[in-house]
Parts: sequence; structure tokens; C-alpha cells
Amino acid sequence: MALKMVKGSIDRMFDKNLQDLVRGIRNHKEDEAKYISQCIDEIKQELKQDNIAVKANAVCKLTYLQMLGYDISWAAFNIIEVMSASKFTFKRIGYLAASQCFHEGTDVIMLTTNQIRKDLSSPNQYDTGVALTGLSCFVTPDLARDLANDIMTLMSHTKPYIRKKAVLIMYKVFLKYPESLRPAFPRLKEKLEDPDPGVQSAAVNVICELARRNPKNYLSLAPLFFKLMTSSTNNWVLIKIIKLFGALTPLEPRLGKKLIEPLTNLIHSTSAMSLLYECVNTVIAVLISLSSGMPNHSASIQLCVQKLRILIEDSDQNLKYLGLLAMSKILKTHPKSVQSHKDLILQCLDDKDESIRLRALDLLYGMVSKKNLMEIVKKLMIHVDKAEGTTYRDELLTKIIDICSQSNYQYITNFEWYISILVELTRLEGTRHGHLIAAQMLDVAIRVKAIRKFAVSQMAMLLDNAHLIASNTQRNGICEVLYAAAWICGEFSEHLEEANQTLEAMLRPKVTTLPGHIQAVYVQNMVKLYASILQQKEQSGEKEAAQEITQLMIERLPQFVQSADLEVQERASCILQLIKYIQKLQIKEVPVAEEVIALFAGELNPVAPKAQKKVPVPEGLDLDAWINEPPSDSESEDEKPKTIFHDEEQRHSRHRQPEIDEEELARRREARKQEQANNPFYIKSSPSPQKRYQDTPGVEHIPVVQIDLSVPLKVPGMPMSDQYVKLEEERRHKQKLEKDKKKKKQKKEKRGKHHRHNSLHTESEEDIAPAHHVDIITEEMPENALPSDEDDKDPNDPYKALDIDLDKPLADSEKLPVQRHRNVENLKSPDSEAPLVEKKSKKPKKKEKKHKEKEREKGKKKEKKVVEEEDEKKKSSKHKKKKHKKEKEEKSKDKKKSKKKSHHSEEETTESVQNGTLDDEPLPPMSSYRLLAENPYIKMTYDIQGNLQNDSQVTVSVIFENKSTSFLKSMELNVLDSLNTKMLRPEGSSVHDGIPVPFQLPPGISNEAQFVFTLQSIVMAQKLKGTLSFIVKNDEGSTHEKLDFKLHFSCASYLITTPCYSDAFAKLLESGDLHMSSIKVDGISISFQHLLAKICFHHHFSVVERVDSCASMYSRSIQGHHVCLLVKKGENSVSIDGKCNDSTLLSNLLDEMKETLSKC
Amino acid sequence: MINAILVFNNHGKPRLVRFYQHLAEEVQQQIIRETFHLVLKRDDHICNFLECGSLFGGSDYKLIYRHYATLYFVFCVDSSESELGILDLIQVFVETLDKCFENVCELDLIFHMDKVHHILQEVVIGGMVLETNMNEIVAQVEAQSKLEKAEGLAVTGPSRRQGGLSAAPSRAVSAVKNINLPEIPRNINIGDINIKVPNLSQFM
Repeated sequence: MALKMVKGSIDRMFDKNLQDLVRGIRNHKEDEAKYISQCIDEIKQELKQDNIAVKANAVCKLTYLQMLGYDISWAAFNIIEVMSASKFTFKRIGYLAASQCFHEGTDVIMLTTNQIRKDLSSPNQYDTGVALTGLSCFVTPDLARDLANDIMTLMSHTKPYIRKKAVLIMYKVFLKYPESLRPAFPRLKEKLEDPDPGVQSAAVNVICELARRNPKNYLSLAPLFFKLMTSSTNNWVLIKIIKLFGALTPLEPRLGKKLIEPLTNLIHSTSAMSLLYECVNTVIAVLISLSSGMPNHSASIQLCVQKLRILIEDSDQNLKYLGLLAMSKILKTHPKSVQSHKDLILQCLDDKDESIRLRALDLLYGMVSKKNLMEIVKKLMIHVDKAEGTTYRDELLTKIIDICSQSNYQYITNFEWYISILVELTRLEGTRHGHLIAAQMLDVAIRVKAIRKFAVSQMAMLLDNAHLIASNTQRNGICEVLYAAAWICGEFSEHLEEANQTLEAMLRPKVTTLPGHIQAVYVQNMVKLYASILQQKEQSGEKEAAQEITQLMIERLPQFVQSADLEVQERASCILQLIKYIQKLQIKEVPVAEEVIALFAGELNPVAPKAQKKVPVPEGLDLDAWINEPPSDSESEDEKPKTIFHDEEQRHSRHRQPEIDEEELARRREARKQEQANNPFYIKSSPSPQKRYQDTPGVEHIPVVQIDLSVPLKVPGMPMSDQYVKLEEERRHKQKLEKDKKKKKQKKEKRGKHHRHNSLHTESEEDIAPAHHVDIITEEMPENALPSDEDDKDPNDPYKALDIDLDKPLADSEKLPVQRHRNVENLKSPDSEAPLVEKKSKKPKKKEKKHKEKEREKGKKKEKKVVEEEDEKKKSSKHKKKKHKKEKEEKSKDKKKSKKKSHHSEEETTESVQNGTLDDEPLPPMSSYRLLAENPYIKMTYDIQGNLQNDSQVTVSVIFENKSTSFLKSMELNVLDSLNTKMLRPEGSSVHDGIPVPFQLPPGISNEAQFVFTLQSIVMAQKLKGTLSFIVKNDEGSTHEKLDFKLHFSCASYLITTPCYSDAFAKLLESGDLHMSSIKVDGISISFQHLLAKICFHHHFSVVERVDSCASMYSRSIQGHHVCLLVKKGENSVSIDGKCNDSTLLSNLLDEMKETLSKC
Repeated sequence: MINAILVFNNHGKPRLVRFYQHLAEEVQQQIIRETFHLVLKRDDHICNFLECGSLFGGSDYKLIYRHYATLYFVFCVDSSESELGILDLIQVFVETLDKCFENVCELDLIFHMDKVHHILQEVVIGGMVLETNMNEIVAQVEAQSKLEKAEGLAVTGPSRRQGGLSAAPSRAVSAVKNINLPEIPRNINIGDINIKVPNLSQFM
């Protein structure tokens, strides 16, 4: 043996330990992977050895490899082995490895339940601590269910080190096993007032996490938290509580009003920035939740903004960042107070820290107004130029677009300016957001009619300079704007001044290098342009020019016909044929322009993105009903729609219609117009659906500002937005002057078409009239569109399961599962030894059994019938199981008859398993809460539970129910201590002081409070007199009331349900140092099952074994007395034999039981 | 809740990885890499908060980090944590390491990953803050080391692995000699970092 040990330690010396492994890896930088795989092989060898130290060492190394990204789940079983080592050193290694790699999918995890339970109840607090820590990482629903009760017990452990860990882990248990929340909640609440600050902090932490997800269930705790907030000095706790209040206030505005004052005090007094910041945040939340009728509102807002300004001005970047973050919250409800700090925020845009710049950008979004939009955007444009790194620049770009387009271009007074901004943005290199700019261009050009002429001129310029945009392959993103440019020039070609030039630009060979979907738009819009030029030339009689342009098209189009892109190719070849046909007609000198132009007649209306969804379903139409017989499965699989073509959602793709010959087209167009006219869902925006290029553009639509186009065109045709800022200023100034003049004249005079025709339309509060008639066409929506009713809740939210009402008193069905003896495992292993032990252990009982044998056989048959009848009633889900059971029973019956008596014990165990689980039969609802006292105002019920961690304490849970219509407050509970039993009062208070109940009761509400009592002797039942004093407050005023009660500590309340294995039970009985006593009760009519359940429930016993109408039961007192019972049921009576270390306790217990049973 | 705690060096080599939700090893490594790239490009004088988008799965998450000499300490937290509080917690954690290892340096973390984990477990468990008082943390860590030592002496004799914390620095030095590291690791200088945010003494 000694040799073996020496050998083991020598072996170990040659093993690599963690440090060797790390060193080795560092020495093998070139072939790290190879070296590690070699090490893993060694580890596998080490894991095969019996020496636990070697194993632990191997597992420790695995943990390191896991960090490097190696999967170590294959060693899960070995990890469990190391976890169950007796030495703390190894155990800790095992749990660490488990916490790093175990998860819900680890199948061996179910093997750990008992080991963890053992560690949790270890006398060494660090074993418990390590188990708790590990569990926090890999708890599964099964583990949570099985261990919930154990962890809950640890919440009252004597060591605060364990208590605080247990409290935190309860949160993980709640998440995995939501049923545990209600039973555990009273104790968790109790921990809020734990004497140890660490435990208190943990409890606050857990409740805050819970409340954050389902705040409404925790409103009743608000008074308690309020108290903590005003009394606690721990900043961690304060921060958590203040954050929690932030979540609660939206639900209860009254709470908010109360909070303002203490929070403001804290803001003024605290020196901790973190606390200050959270206070400000919560005050903001409160102010948001309060309706705006409070007079001292603005003072609080001012205080917040002022404090935030200090944060933002601080040199510490972290404070600056948080200040901006909080500022953006205020912005939503009180934009005015933030806007006054525009200077500061614009300053932050220059910060070297990108996070801060992004925050500042967010703020700017909410700060723009008609007045400052141009200025802010100008500043942003400067930053765009300066910005390094594409991410930030892209962010700037999207922000500019967001800011300008927000709420339907509300703040834009000059769309020419906006178009030039967009055009300037196209000069950005390497941006990914070309499509965004393109979408904006399209949107503005389509919806703001007055801007079309200007837009078209700018777009023509873009097309002309397409080589700049598309030259660099890296600028791919930006070439998207050509898509918009081409489309706008084509669609609104009547506004083009140099249509020929634009057409030529579009036909350049370079165009073929553009992405396919853009070329397709080019091809389509060329024809629109061509049609418009053709018409122009025909009208002015320039036939040759018209033919030249046709010739140009015929020459250049083939380059598109060769395109590899299907869409481009198809369109180009159609159009080529069309133009060849036109050429033929032109040669015959037939006028064709009218017909060609008719191809593109019709007005486009923007359609809201959600319009399709909002079309109401006509009555009587069931969309889910099959029109035909449903196709077979195999067919439906093939029918999955595939998108072959480039995705061009949101883009107005009118040009998608197939090219057919003109007549057909015209015919269809007519039909469509007819259809549109009759369609109630189609909103006709302009009285004439005909395209306007038949009329000359209205004078009203000419933009107000005279633009010197030569200025923006200087730099290769690109406009400058800056001039607009100046122009705008001038314009505003002029407007103001005019207004003043007008005022002087006291005359309403219709001014020139340029400036005044729209003054009525948008007289903003800032007195800025937009430069254009902003005729923004709203997006189309079907009539009777339904308001959106999106469900924003995620059904898979794991926190949803924790949405549980915590104020309801506990029902018995909710009690946490307590560890129970399971004979199943004994049974399954047909070890030859096992039955022997069993047999031995049963000897003392056997004699009794023999006596009763005959009687039992009778009773058994009867009972079996009942069971069978009940079986029939059971749900189908249980059928299989039950059938199986019946068969088994039948078998055992047969066996019984044929076999010798000596085998009985074994069979009996089989039986006892079958009947032993009490929840097989439905039990009547039972409540352990007994009435304490009652008057017209209040009803008190109570329950007493022993405290396993402390042998001289019990906890009395009292439910207070307000029966009146008044408000009950200042409740105080006091009892007259006896020598033996004393109420635990906070330090420093005298024995005559009452304990305040930590809540108030609104009418009809009930809540539970717990009181701890210390005891010396527990062998006798105790009665304590007490009084509850409270104040009843209603409309008439408040009165002081009292309610006397008697608190009855039965002996059963000192017992703790403790499971016991049958062999241990037998040994206990054999030991002989137990006193014995028995009772008999007559006139029992309820079933044995119910009887046992009652004893289990009311007297805190657990069934050790049950055979027919005979059962052995066990329980333990908080001071460690063992109590064993043998319960036998006769025809109409029950006899109970009891054994216990203490005879007084036993006789008292039996008396209590007699009383319970006689009520049956 | 804290979602993850990562410690890696200036080259992105992980020194401590602690996720409080299960993720496959490859995903973990991916996250470490991406986090490293996010923090690397930030210089030392800008703010310590970082929005990490959907890197960790939820949009609610935020990275809070501190950079000490050769090491980055990164905490990924959700909105229920106070940003400044977590910054202080990182400080507490590092100071605790410094106390337990006596002048901690990167090599201590490299060679004693298990110990670092055990210390961390006294600060944060299951993603929730357990203890913020450094003395309490150190006391618990030392009590457990003592227990470990007692076991080691009584049963298996002093093994190399159980050398205790005090043995760490000398071994670290020998490691440097052995490997000939290009850069000599500096101590994590707690003294000279400028904590503007709530003073630790105020905070506790």
C-alpha cells in the first residue's frame, strides 16, 4: 500500500502540471496546435488513472485549454469525478471546470444532483460555497427543481458568506424553475433586512433583477425599498434600489412624486458620481412618468440638466459619455431644456472619442428645429469631411439623412438646399450608404413636386459626372445614387434643359461597368428621355435632329444588349427593336412622338411601405381557407418562391412591365386607368392623371430663390450647399423686413408669387416660412386601414415565466419539492447483497406484519379495487404507466401466492414503491395556515416553520388580510414573551417593544410578514399571547385599533420534514434508546392515502415506507430529536405507534396527531 | 447582470475567460477576438464604455473595460448595472489580484489561471456582484488557500501546483528567463491610474 502511494507520487512528479503546460505552450509557438493535441493525449491517459490527484491535475489543465478554445466536454464525466473528491482542493478544481463547460445540453449533469446536494449541506462552508458558485453557472431546470429547497434553506444559513451566495443563486433557480419563486419569495424578502450588508445587497440585487423584468409584481415592495433607500449607506445597494425605482415609477406615478424629494437630496449631497448619475437618471424617469401638471417640475429638470452639464464638461471621458447618454433621455420629453445646451453638444462633436461623438450625434437628432437645421447640418458636413475611418463617416451620413428626413421632412424649409446636401454627400469615398442617399433623392423628387426641376438639373449633372462616382471600384456603394439620378432624369425629363447631353451621358460605354440593376434603370430611362426629345424635335419641326437622336440610340444600345445581366439584356433588346421600328416610321415621315410618349404616361404616387399589409380583408373572405383541395406535401415543398432577381424593394419599379407593342400597351394603360378610377383604395392625388409634360410647368412651381447655377457648377458640376445657408439667412432677413413693413402698413397685401403665396401654409412658431411650396405628398395608404397592432412581446422571453403574482398567499401545491426517499434505485440494482440488508433491517417489523397478514390480505383486495376504479378515471396520458403498474401488481400478487414467506420483504418493497408516492391520488387541498385572529378589519392566519440552520429558532409567517374598505397602516405586532419562547427583536429594543409589520395594507389586500422566535425547550407546545395594533385610515379619519391573539406553537411546528432511508430507519428503531408510546383513534373514514398526506402535511413527517394500510414515517425536530411512527389502519380506526428520543415530546406530538385525526 | 468577463493582453491572448451564459468554444473565441479588435483601436484617454451591438447576442449589452499595462479587463454588462459601478468593480478586482499575488503581473495570470478564477468567484457569481469589499474578498480567498494548503500538507505533501500564492513571483521570473520573452512584463500599476470616478473609499 505504502509502495503504491510512493509510486503514485513519483508518477505525479513526471506529470505536467498547469504551469508546465503553460510553459510548454509558450515554448512551442510554431507548432502550438500539435503540442496541445499531444498534451490532450497525455491528459486522457492521466484521466484513466485511479489517483484523484492526477485526475484533478488533468482537469485543471483542461480548464486552461478550454480558455484557449478547446472543447473539453468529452471529459465531463471525469470532471464530475473530481467534483466529488472529498478534498476541497480537488473539489474546487472540479467545480471550476464544470462551471466553464457544463450547460443544459450536458447529459451527465443529471448525475451531479446528489453530489451537489451533499456539498451544499457540507459542514465546511467552503465546500458549500464552491458548490453554489459552480451551480450558478450550470444550473438546469432539473437541478433547479431538485435543489431549490436545499438552496432556499441555505438562505438562512448561519454564515453570511453562504447566505449571500445562496440568495444570488436563487435568482438563477427562479429563471430555470419559475415555480420556486412564490414559495421562496417571503424568505428572499426577509433577506432584504438581513443584518449582514453583503446578504442585504445580494437580496436587493436579486429582487432588482426580478423586478426589472416584471415590475408590476413588485410594486408592493416599494415602501420597503423606500425605507432602505433612506436608511442605507451602501452605494452599491443604493444604486440598485434607485435603478429599481426607475423601473417602478412608470407603473405608479404616486411613487414618483414621493421619490423626487429624497432623490434631489441625494443629488445634492452625494460625492459619488455613480450614485449622482443614477439619481439623475431616475429623476428623469420619474419626470417622464408624471403627467405635466406639477408646478416644481421645471426645477427638477433644471437641476438634472445642470448636473448633466457638469458631467459633460468634466475632463473625464466616462462622465462626459454618461452625461450625454442621460441628456438624450431628457430630450424626449423636455427638448427645450436640452436645446439651450446646443453649444456644449456641438462641441462634443469635436471630441477625439468616437463614442462621445456618436452620443452627441444622437442628441443632435432630437435638437434640430427649422431654425437651426441648416446650421447643424453644416457643422456635420464639416465633420464628414474631416472624419477619419469610414464607420464614423457612415454614421455621420446616416445621421444627416435621419435628421433631415425626420417626421416627414418637418424641419426642412428649403429643399434645394437638401438636394444639394445629398449631392455633396455623393462625394464621400467608400461609403456603404449610397442606397440611402439614392432613396432620399427619389423620395424628395417624387414627393416634393416643386423641387423636381432643380432635382432634375442636379441629377443630370451627376449623370454627366458619373465617371467620378463610378471610377473607383472601391466607391461601389456610392454608385447607387446613379440609379436614382437616372430614374429622376428619365421620369421627369420634361424639366431637363439639355436632354440631349444627358442622353449622351447615359449612353457612354463606361456605363456598362455599373452594376446590372443600375444599368437596367439606365436603359429604361433612356427611352423616356428619348421620347421626350423626340417630341420636342417633332414639335419644332427638326426632323433631322430627331432622326439623329434615333440613330444615336441604335448605335449605342447594342452595348447593353450584350450585357451579362439578364434584366439589362432583355430590356435593351426590346427597346432596340422598338427604336428600329420608330426609325422605319421616321423614314416614312410619320410623326411618332405622341405614340412613343404615350408609353410612359401616367402619374406615380408614392405608396406607404405598410400599405399592402393594411388593406382590410373584405367581409366574408377567409384567407386561410383552401380554394382548391390542398396539394400533397411533396408538391408544396417545391413551390417555395425563389427570388431570382436583384432585390429592389422600396424602389419604384414601374419600369418592370414587360415590353409589348404600343397598341397593346395603350390598351392596357387605358384599362388600368379605368381600374384605378374605380378602385376605392387608389388615392388620386392630382386631378389630372395625365402626365404634366403636355402642359407647360406652372409658374407657381418655379422655386423662389434665384440660384446662380454657375457657382455650384464650378467644381466639376457639383453644387455647394453652403451658399444656401447664406441665402437662407438673407431670405429670412428679408422676410422679417417685409413683415415689419407689412405691419407698418397695416395692410394685407398679396405679395409677389415668389415669396408670399405660401406664407399662410407654414407659419411656424419660429416665423420661418419655407422657401418652397412644400407640397409633400403623403404616402398612400388604403382606406379604412387598420391601426397597427404589432405585438412587441417576444413569446420566447425567458423572463416572462417569472411574471408571477407574489402577493397571493402560497397554495400548498406550490411548496417546493422536498427531497424524498426513492426506493426505485435500490430496486433496480439486483445486487445480491441489497435484499439481504433489507431483510435484516425489516426484522423488527416483520413480526407485526405476520400477525396482521390475513387481515391485510383482505384489506388489500378491497383497496386494489378502489385503485383500479380510480385508474379508469385517470387521464389517458397516464394510461400506459398505470396499465404497466396494474400488470406489475397482478404479477406480484401471483408471485406472492406461489412464493415462500421469506421473500415477502422484497415484494413488499415493490409494492411500497408503487403506493408510496403520495401524489398518485388526488388529494384534497390543504393549507398549513391556521387562523390566528380576526376582527372586522383584519384577518391573520399563520404558519410556523422550523429553522434547520438554527436549533433554537422557528419562523412564524403571518398573512395579514385587510377585510375592510379602509387603509390599514402602522401595524405593529407584539407578544408577551415567555421564559421559554421569545420573539426575536432588533438589537437595542426592549422586550416590550412591538415589531412593525414592514408594509401597509390597502383595502382587500393581503401580505405576509415573518417573525422569528427563539426557543429553549421544544418538547412542549407553547402558547403566547400577543396583540396587533394598527391604524385604520378612511375618509372619516383614522382610528387606532387593536387585535389580541394567541400564538400556538404546536410540537409539530418544531419538526422539519426530513427524508429517511428505510435501512437508516430500521437501525434507528433497533438502537433502543428511543421511548415508545402509542395512540388509537376510532371512527376514521378517510382513505389511508389521505390520512398519510395529512400527517405529512400538518405534522411535517415523511413516509419512509408504506405497505398496504401500514406505513412507517419519520421526522426530526429542529433540535435533532428523531421521531419514528408506525401508522396502521384498521376497519374504522387508526393506531399510531411512535418512538422518540424524548418521551414528553412524543406524547405531545401524538396528542396533537390524535386531535388532527379525530377531526377526520 | 454581467454577461461575460474577459481578460486578454495587448495581443489579444486570453488570460481569463468567464461567460455567464453558455456559448460554444468557437463562439467564445470569436467574441474574444472581436472584443479585442474593438478595444484595441481605442486609445487610453477615451471613455471606457463601448456599445458592442449584437456581439453578445442582446442589444442591451455594453462593454466596460479598463486597460492596465499589458492587460485589458473587459466586462460585458446589461442595462441593470451601473456603468461607473462596474468600472469600480474592475478596479476592486485588479486591486484584489494585486494583493493576493503580491504585485501582480501578467505572468501571474498566465500561470495561475485557476487562482484568478477562484478570486473572481469571490467577486462575481453567476453574473451577479457578490462582494465589493476588498478586505472581505481577500479574507475569503486566503481562508480557502489556507484550507487547501492544510490539505496539501496533510495528505499528499507539498506539490508544485499547490505552491501557494507567495511562490508565484519567483516562478514567474524563472519563466521569463526560460522563455526569453521579448518584452519584460511590467507590474500592473495600480498607483498611477487616475480614477476620477467615485473614489473607492467613498464607494465602499
